[in-house]
Amino acid sequence: MSLKTLRLIAKTFVVFVLSTIVIGLLYWLFAASRWDWIEKYYPLLLKGLWLTVLLWVVSSILGIILAVPIGLVQVTGPRWLGAIARGFCTVIRGTPLLLQVWLIYYGFGSLFPQIAQYYPGFRQDFMWLIRLDAFWYALFAFTLSFAGYEGEIMRGAFLGVPRGELEAARAFGMSPWKVLTRVWLPRAVRLVLPTLAGEVVLQLKSTPLAMTVTVMDLAGVVRNRITQDTYIVYEPLMLLAVIYMCLTFVAVWAFGAVERMVPQKR
Amino acid sequence: MSVAIAVLAYALGLLIGIIGALVKLEGSVLSRSIMNGYTTLVRAVPELILILILYYAGTATLNQLLEGAGFSAMAINGFAAAVLVLGFVQGAYSTEVLRAAIQAIPIGQIEAAKAYGMSPWLMFRRVTLPAMLPYAIPGLANLWLIVTKDTALIAVVGYTELALATRQAAGNTKMYFTFFLSAGLIYLIITLVSQRMFGILESYVRRGQRRLT
Repeated sequence: MSLKTLRLIAKTFVVFVLSTIVIGLLYWLFAASRWDWIEKYYPLLLKGLWLTVLLWVVSSILGIILAVPIGLVQVTGPRWLGAIARGFCTVIRGTPLLLQVWLIYYGFGSLFPQIAQYYPGFRQDFMWLIRLDAFWYALFAFTLSFAGYEGEIMRGAFLGVPRGELEAARAFGMSPWKVLTRVWLPRAVRLVLPTLAGEVVLQLKSTPLAMTVTVMDLAGVVRNRITQDTYIVYEPLMLLAVIYMCLTFVAVWAFGAVERMVPQKR
Repeated sequence: MSVAIAVLAYALGLLIGIIGALVKLEGSVLSRSIMNGYTTLVRAVPELILILILYYAGTATLNQLLEGAGFSAMAINGFAAAVLVLGFVQGAYSTEVLRAAIQAIPIGQIEAAKAYGMSPWLMFRRVTLPAMLPYAIPGLANLWLIVTKDTALIAVVGYTELALATRQAAGNTKMYFTFFLSAGLIYLIITLVSQRMFGILESYVRRGQRRLT
């Protein structure tokens, strides 16, 4: 038997297996799968989608705003501030996000009632803190995490701006603040845009973690409501995957559009 | 436990990655498009969702197949399932890293190797592998750091590894900060140590190259 026939056999085998899988999937999708739950649950799903998008967008924006000073103090600024910022980035990037979310939700969530036990005034003044929804804990955790990852990237971007441009700005007599807002930051942001797109997509893909702390985001609705009520496991998960894929593509497309809007000399 | 899952999943991911990268570069149209579908799909869906789908779907399908073949359903080993699922996810990412690294090799080097009449395996071992490693190591190091942290996600499907054990301990004793902070410290130490080791590895595979800056 020559190599050619062997290869042909292998190829036929692969094609056979794949077509079996595809046919099986199609059969399951059209004949065996159940989609009747969508009618009942789509308002909840829409609400979940809204929460997911909110969590994603708000935490990304806040995270970037936080990341600018974190990156900046590592490049210039006093050494002790830089050390703190670097430590923050290392800790955030070195521990799983799931653990951070749990620490913030269970840790702080149990802290406030404990404080209230010792200081009765706290209960009246900060009732809102004790009653805080899980969503806000998740938002806080995601924001911190995104700031940690982005701070590191912003540091590189600030370093990547050519020194001559900063010196030229200073030579024009710009104040340090003006140098930052007019030259340094815009240039750094332009440098970081392609990386940022990837990071924002990563942030989107970490939002389902919020479901583990009882947030009713998209994943939370699917796992904690639909599957628990109806015992349907796969169909909601498939829907979830498709929705996340669509969101990913929207994000990639949007960043591509922004990147094309900002002129760049090549 | 977490470390064992991470190491095995990483190894499986690397294996898939090498095969996937070679297929993507040299395979036929059919196999290339299959790999493209695989990497796009896996990288566009959140890890947590993938783990949920693969964990439940995988175990259920296996049991159905076993029952169909006349065996009784068996309880799936959580450890093995975790390794397979994470390895499958890692495979997509490392495919992309390795493909990019192989493509970064100047084509002349590979052509020279071909011109010497090297067999494909010898060429891979002597030329492609050593030449691509400097490009691949940073990406692979990132993937390793990601997989160590992704093992925490396995907690969601109810397999007791570091993160879930921590949560149970914290919930039982009500000392949330103590347990979560110490677990975080363990992850942090793993990360820092492996960062150091990858740094050493990178300087080894870059031996003979001109230092940048």
